[in-house]
Amino acid sequence: MPTEDREDLTARADPVAPAATADPMAPAAPAVRFDRVTKRYGDRTVLDGLDLEVGRGERVTLIGPSGSGKTTILRLLMTLERVTDGVIHLDGEPFSHMPGGSRGKLVPANERHLAVRRRRIGMVFQQFNLFPHMSVLENIVEAPVHVLGESREDAGRRARDLLELVGLGDRADARPTRLSGGQQQRVAIARALAMRPGILLLDEVTSALDPELVAEVLDVLRDVARSTDITLLCVTHEMGFARDVSDRILMFDRGRIVESGPADELLESPAHERTRAFLGSVR
Amino acid sequence: MADLLPVAAGFLPELRRALPRLAEGVLVTVEATVLGAALALVLAYALGLLSRSDRLPVRGGARLVVEFFRGTSLYVQLFWLFFALPMLGFRLEPLACAVLALGLNYGAYGAEVVRGAVAAVPRAQTEAGIALGMGAGLRLRRVVLPQAHALMVAPFKNLLVQLLKATPLLSLVTVPDLTFQIDQLRSSTGATAASYLLLLGLYFGMAVVLSLLMNALERAAKARLGQEGGA
Repeated sequence: MPTEDREDLTARADPVAPAATADPMAPAAPAVRFDRVTKRYGDRTVLDGLDLEVGRGERVTLIGPSGSGKTTILRLLMTLERVTDGVIHLDGEPFSHMPGGSRGKLVPANERHLAVRRRRIGMVFQQFNLFPHMSVLENIVEAPVHVLGESREDAGRRARDLLELVGLGDRADARPTRLSGGQQQRVAIARALAMRPGILLLDEVTSALDPELVAEVLDVLRDVARSTDITLLCVTHEMGFARDVSDRILMFDRGRIVESGPADELLESPAHERTRAFLGSVR
Repeated sequence: MADLLPVAAGFLPELRRALPRLAEGVLVTVEATVLGAALALVLAYALGLLSRSDRLPVRGGARLVVEFFRGTSLYVQLFWLFFALPMLGFRLEPLACAVLALGLNYGAYGAEVVRGAVAAVPRAQTEAGIALGMGAGLRLRRVVLPQAHALMVAPFKNLLVQLLKATPLLSLVTVPDLTFQIDQLRSSTGATAASYLLLLGLYFGMAVVLSLLMNALERAAKARLGQEGGA
């Protein structure tokens, strides 16, 4: 309706055509690649020519002061925002852009280009964002049935399995508004996983929770990280959790990566003064 | 009050004789209200959603239609359909004119209700839909509109009662509605005060019934959002 029919008529996007920018010599394309990505709101630059690669199955945590651009990275990847400049690649193919115009020059992606590709990505939000007019089970079943075309029986069975996984097997018929914050967030995790995403984005998923509810959510996520090979991009202030699940931690400040390294290394002996100051402030 | 009594004595037998015609009048008023409201609802949705389009010509066109029918009086619209349109070669039944005028006028007001309610559903709900791979149409149908409906019921209730109260205008274009029939009764009996008192009571009764129906709808819509006991 309002946005779906916004098609770029000059674009002849062929989803299976090799992308002009893909490197044929690369062994395996990274799951996510930001290529000189800039994001501005008006004259405020949130990301400034960011280069970032996340390998398949890699778990990366983004840390840094608020306003440093971490959440913007997740929102750009989820297509909730559009890049101002630069290109985001998914599995080695342009995602934020698509071949179009003359000689396969990249143009900003239209809705059709994004629609199929973004199904590889799932996201869990700080405020849960469950659908209040649906039961817990309906929240989880909704997209598998209406987007992936699964049968109600199959989707329902899998939803119940996922509810068991997040420890809410007995709340399938409850309204989200009747659940605690921690329970709602666990439902949101199950809902995201129901779409079988290859990449899961976690945007400060415990920041809106009462302190005593944080652990139950993080335990579920540790489980997910342990039992799947999903690619994780995580923005969090929970350093213990970051250390447990991350292969790599990136320290952000003012839209740039200040420092990056293996979780233990970066948390134990940060090389950069800015990182030391930040870690000192969150502990 | 005492002055009314002698008149009322002659009025009651007349009223009894007029009852079948009054019942017909009530039916015509109900028919115009229901059909007008149905057309208004369809137009409200169409215009309300189109006025949120990303395309300027679509949005602009919808806004223009809404502003035109909100900005010109129902009275003039009705007279135009009934007296002016036949001069252009289109003659509509009086009731059809009535339904069309009510539908266009209240549809334009309703479009603002739909637009506002859709805009009031938090952006985060749309984002959750995007994150689940839902396209724009699916998000609107399955996520945004069900939540917007709960916000629309109360303002729609007001519009519906206002629409009912606007139907006496129809008697001016020869639609034999309740007001038309009561007017006949009044001129045959001369009991002006009693006739119009009866008319007030009948409209009030119909408005109360409509309100009760809409209140039930509102409770159902709120319960579906998990806001039991709201309002």
